[in-house]
Amino acid sequence: MIGTLLKRDLAKFFPFAGGGAALPLVFFVAVAMLYPFAVGPDADLLARTGGGIIWIAALLAAILPLERLVTQDIELGTFDQLKLRGVTEEAMMAVRMLAHWLSFGPPLILAAFPAAMLLALDNLTLHLLLIGLLVGTPGLAAIGLMIAALTASLRTGAALSGLMLIPLALPILIFGAGALARQDQASLGFVAAISLLLVAIAPFAAGVAIRAAREV
Amino acid sequence: MQGSAAPRLFANDLACRRGERLLFRALSLDLSGGEALHVTGANGTGKTTLIRALSGLTTPFAGRVAHEGAIGLLDERPALDPDLALGKALRFWERIDDCGDPGGAMSVLGLEPLLDVPVRYLSTGQRKRAGLAVLLNRAVPIWLLDEPLSGLDSGAIDQVTALIQLHIGGGGIALIASHQPLAITGLATMAIEDFAPTEEALA
Repeated sequence: MIGTLLKRDLAKFFPFAGGGAALPLVFFVAVAMLYPFAVGPDADLLARTGGGIIWIAALLAAILPLERLVTQDIELGTFDQLKLRGVTEEAMMAVRMLAHWLSFGPPLILAAFPAAMLLALDNLTLHLLLIGLLVGTPGLAAIGLMIAALTASLRTGAALSGLMLIPLALPILIFGAGALARQDQASLGFVAAISLLLVAIAPFAAGVAIRAAREV
Repeated sequence: MQGSAAPRLFANDLACRRGERLLFRALSLDLSGGEALHVTGANGTGKTTLIRALSGLTTPFAGRVAHEGAIGLLDERPALDPDLALGKALRFWERIDDCGDPGGAMSVLGLEPLLDVPVRYLSTGQRKRAGLAVLLNRAVPIWLLDEPLSGLDSGAIDQVTALIQLHIGGGGIALIASHQPLAITGLATMAIEDFAPTEEALA
């Protein structure tokens, strides 16, 4: 049953599955493409600031799918029907988090290669960036899921969720981009730890939020 | 039918509210296999709230609900992806419910010509019939139906009524919230307004 759920969620959120799901990826590459035009073709400047820009683009790209992440299935009654079949909210949310991450994490990591080329990043920076995105994007997915579930029953949820994600994602951004500035891997350990914690909490927090949304 | 060993649906001294407003109180019911209950009431009197409380999706303000046997819920939302073709959207639930023969319910409800149509293009009545097909495929003993006849044409109304009759004939339970009359033999009726809080109770 979990496999069927994951398959449905992936079909719903994976890029190029239709419904604008490729938007985060397009957005991410567009930022990397436009940045050199905006600040000028100075290779040193691009190499020094490019990694940080890629992190910001990744963070903002993670916000884009939030609106459709949970709200639609609450409105459709999908979660209610699954609950009546004995699936817990926590399991639904864990599956949803995995599908959300798979739909934007690995594509962004792949897109980081062309982005690094456009921003003239050296090999060490790209290396730190890839590891950072690999351990940081699950944390972003977890924050996104919690916020999407919490704001699902609010009318202005979409605008609010973007605002709420930014402060919560700051630690990941600081340590992730910090590794690039200092050119060493140590702070990526912090990113991994934050991500792990968030991933562990998110299904439970989001599950409670889904249950609370029914009582409104 | 799964869990067909004596299904039962039970509520004792139930009270529910929506927002700050108390909708009904001191409502008790006890249904066992083969029984059907028609819950009547005007819009906003708490029919949907009652059904959601009975299904266990929401916690009642006071009182207790219990059930033996799995619950199937049909409400305004058929839980079918609007972007998918109906056949694909139904297949998701067939897989979740491990349904061996989905064709039967589809042909009974006349859904076969619609299988290629995206769910968002279906009319209210067609969606309702699709939701019923999901419910039939699950083969659960307890049916909670919220306005099952709304949006249906007269032919479909007869069909749905016959399906409910067949369900209770087979030892199932059906609780139907509807403001429309139902032609089902052996149907008990409960007016939810009878349980509305009186002025002195609120004071």
